[in-house]
Amino acid sequence: MSPSTRLWAARLLGFVWPLLVTLLAASLLIVACGRDPIAVGRTLIDGTWGSTYGLGQVLFKTTSLVFTGLAVAVGLRAGLFNIGVEGQLIAGAFLMALVGASLPRGTSSIVAVPLCLTAGALSGAALGALAGALKAGRGAHEVITTILLNFIVRAAMVGIGQRLFLHETIHTAPVVPGAELPRLGRFVDAFHGSAVNASLFVALAAAGALAWLFARTPLGARFTLVGKAPLAAETAGISVGRTTLVALALSGAVAGLTGSGFVLGYKHYYEDGFSGGVGFMGIAVAVLGRAHPLGVLVAALAFGTLSAGQLVVNAAVPKEIVDVLTAVVILAVIGTGPRLRQFVSRMKGGGAGQGARIQ
Amino acid sequence: MTAAALALEARGIAKRFGACVAAEHIDLAVAPGEVHAVVGENGAGKSTLMRAIYGLEPPDTGVVAIGGEVVARPSPEESIRRRLGMVHQHFMLVPTLTVAENVALGREPTRGGLLVIDEVAREAEAIGARYGLGVEAHRRVGELSVGEAQRVEIVKVLWRGADVLILDEPTQVLSPPEVDALLEVLRRLALDGKSIVLVTHKLDEVLRVAERVTVLRRGRTVATVATRETTADELARLMVGGDVSAVVRERRRGAAAGETPRLACEGLSVKREDGRLAVDAVTVALAAGEIVGVAGVEGNGQEELALALAGVTRAAGGAVRLDGRDVTGLPVSARRAAGLAYVPADRHGRGLSLEQSFADNLVLGDGRRYAGAGGLWLDRRRLDADARDIAARLDVRPPDPEERVGALSGGNQQKIVVGRALLAGPRAIVCAQPTRGVDIGAAQRIRAALLEASDGGAAILLLSSDLDELLALSDRVVVMHRGRLAGEARLDAAGLADVAALKARLGRWMLGA
Repeated sequence: MSPSTRLWAARLLGFVWPLLVTLLAASLLIVACGRDPIAVGRTLIDGTWGSTYGLGQVLFKTTSLVFTGLAVAVGLRAGLFNIGVEGQLIAGAFLMALVGASLPRGTSSIVAVPLCLTAGALSGAALGALAGALKAGRGAHEVITTILLNFIVRAAMVGIGQRLFLHETIHTAPVVPGAELPRLGRFVDAFHGSAVNASLFVALAAAGALAWLFARTPLGARFTLVGKAPLAAETAGISVGRTTLVALALSGAVAGLTGSGFVLGYKHYYEDGFSGGVGFMGIAVAVLGRAHPLGVLVAALAFGTLSAGQLVVNAAVPKEIVDVLTAVVILAVIGTGPRLRQFVSRMKGGGAGQGARIQ
Repeated sequence: MTAAALALEARGIAKRFGACVAAEHIDLAVAPGEVHAVVGENGAGKSTLMRAIYGLEPPDTGVVAIGGEVVARPSPEESIRRRLGMVHQHFMLVPTLTVAENVALGREPTRGGLLVIDEVAREAEAIGARYGLGVEAHRRVGELSVGEAQRVEIVKVLWRGADVLILDEPTQVLSPPEVDALLEVLRRLALDGKSIVLVTHKLDEVLRVAERVTVLRRGRTVATVATRETTADELARLMVGGDVSAVVRERRRGAAAGETPRLACEGLSVKREDGRLAVDAVTVALAAGEIVGVAGVEGNGQEELALALAGVTRAAGGAVRLDGRDVTGLPVSARRAAGLAYVPADRHGRGLSLEQSFADNLVLGDGRRYAGAGGLWLDRRRLDADARDIAARLDVRPPDPEERVGALSGGNQQKIVVGRALLAGPRAIVCAQPTRGVDIGAAQRIRAALLEASDGGAAILLLSSDLDELLALSDRVVVMHRGRLAGEARLDAAGLADVAALKARLGRWMLGA
C-alpha cells in the first residue's frame, strides 16, 4: 500500500470505529431507558431521512455544525483547542442581527448579506484573536481563556440583551429583507416548510475554502507545522506566536458565521439561547472529522441527524441522550487513537512500527 | 564455547514490524569478563537486538539466554533479576534528585518504613571508587555534566547487581578525554569479571577496548571477529558490505587580505536564559568555499552560536555579516532568502516535522521558495520536484515525496535536512552535527554533498562533536570552550603532518587546559 492509501484507510477507520462505539453506547442508553434500541433507531431514521421535510431539518442542523466543526478544526490544525466557539458564535450571531436590522430597508441582498456575514465573522474573529494574543504574548492556555471568554460573552449578553432586545421578548429586531438568506423550500418544493436555507451553501463554501487553505497555501502549511512541530517551525523562521494568533482569529471568524443559518436564514433575528450548545458539539464534529474539512462535513451530517432526530424520539428517550453521545464520540476518538495507529501500521505494507499519519 | 559458559547469548533473533524486517537472524555470544562490541549501520538491527535482549520488545523468534539460562518471559524486570543491566543512550535520571536517590530509584531500601539513603550513598561511592567511576553521591544530578551523569547510570546498573552491562552508543555525547575515561572504566569492569556489550558506531573505540566484535548488516549477523585479528577497514567493509572510500579533501586557502568574507561573525555574544553568556565575543570569518570546523565538548556554546547565526535567537552583542552585509537584525526567513542556510543539530526537534511528509518538510527550509501568487498559493509541484531532487542527489530511500518522515531511518531523515539546506545553492551554511547518529553510508553521502556545496563556493561553518569528521572536511578548526574561542588549527599539509599531536592539542583546548 502506498502511504496515501494507508492514510485514507486510517482516516476511514478513524471515522467508522468511534461511530460504532457511539452506536453501542446509544443502544445501551436506550435499553437503560426501557426502550427497544432498534425501534427507537427506526423512529429516528424515519423522522429524519425518511421524509424530505425531515431531511431538510437534518440539513438545517448540519449547517450550524459544519461551521462550528470547521472552526474547531482550524484550531486543531495549528495544535490549538478552541473551546470558545460557543461564545464566538453567539457574539457573531448577535452582531450579524444588529447590523442586519440597522441597514436601510431597501438594501440589496448583494450588499446586505456579505455585510452581515462580515460582521459575524469579525466579531467571532475578535474574540478568537483575543485568546490568540493572550497565548502568544502571555502564554495563557487557549483552553482556559476561551472557556472564560464563553462565560464573559454569556454574561454580557444578559446585560446587552436587556437593552437591545425587543420589548418583552428575548430576541432582537428582525433584519431587513435584503439581509435574509432564502430557504431552500423556495427553490425545491420538497423542502417546503423545513428550516434549511442558503446558509448551507455558505457553510459548504467555507469548507471548500478551508480545504484549499489547509492543503494549498503557505498559511495552511504554517498552521500544520506549528501544530505538529512548533520547535522546527520556530527554527525555520515561522513565528509560532503570530501563527497561533492568526489561527485562533480565523477559527473565531468561522465560528462567527454559524448564526447565519438561524439569524439570516430562519428566524431573521437573534434570539437568546438559539445555539443550543452547537458550539460545543462542534468539538465532537471536528475531532470525529479529524480536523479535515471533508471529515467535518460527514461528521456534521451524522451529528445533524442525531440533533434533528432528538426531537423525533423525544417521547421515547430524553433528548439529553444526544449530549451524552457527543461526549462519547470525543472519548471514543481520543481513546482509540493510539490503538488505531498500531492497527493501521500492521496492515499490509505498513512501515516499521510506525503509525499512519492521522490528523 | 558451550552455552553454559556464556554470560549472554542471543540465538536466531528475528523481529518484523509490518512488512519491514528489523532483524532477520541475529546471533550474539558474549563470554564472561569480555568487552564485546556490536557494530552496524543504522537499521542493521542493533537497537532491535538490544531491545530484545533487555526484554523491552520480545523477538518474534529466537531466544535469549542470560548466564546460560534461557529467559522464558523476557521483560526489563526479569533482565535485572538475572543481573543484566542497560545504560541507555538517553539517560533515565531525575535531575532534581541526588545521585544516591537516582541510584536507589525504584528499589529504595527502607528500615522501619523509612528511607535509608545514606547506605545507598556509601555503596554507590564504593562502587564508583572500585571502577574509577568517581561519583559524588550527594550532588544533584541536574548539576552534573553529561559525562558524570553517564557514570551515575553505570553505577546505578552496577548497584542493582548487574554482571552483564549493555551500553548503547555511550560515547556519542562525550568529549575525547571523557571517552578515554569511559573506555578505561569498561576495561576495569571486564577485569573484574563483568561482561560488557558495547553498541557503537565508532570503530576506533571498538579496536581500543573490545576483545571481540559482532558485525550486523541488514538484520543479520555477518561476522564475529577478534579485534586483534582485524582492522578498522575490514570492519567497515563488513558493516557496509563493500569498500569504504574515505572522503579526502583538497585543502583550500582562507580569505585573502582585503577580500570580503562570505560569512563573518564579529564579537558575537549570546546570552543564556539565566543572563550568563553562552557565547562570549566570538569572531570568525569564512571565505567563499571555506569550511571552518567548530570543535568542543558539547554545551560550550556551539549550539547557541549556530542558533544566533541562523537568526533563530537574538544576539546580545556583535554582528553577523553575509557578504559584508550586516544581517544581525534580520529574522531567519530573511537570512535564508539572502542565502544563509541552517542545518540544526537537533534533527527531530528543530529539523523536521516527523508526522508530515518528505515534501511537506521542505517548507521548513526556504519557505518563500514555495509561496506563489504573493503567498496565496503553495507551490506543491515545486515541493515535489525539490523532494525528488534531494532524493536523487543524496540517495534518500524511499525516494517518495509523500512518505512520512517519521517512517524513514535516521540517516535518510538527516539527508533530507541537509539536502533542504543545500537547495538553490546557498552562499553560506551553518551546519551543526550533520552526521550524528547516522550510518556510514549516509554520512558519506552527506559529507560529499557538503564538499560539493563548498566547491560551488558556499562557506560552511561546521559544528560537530565528531573530531574525525572535522579533520576530514575542514580547512581550519576552531575550538570553543565556555563560549569563547580557545584555539585555532589550520589543517594544511603541515597541520596534518602529525594527526595524533593535532588531536591532543585540540583536546587540550576543548578542556580549557
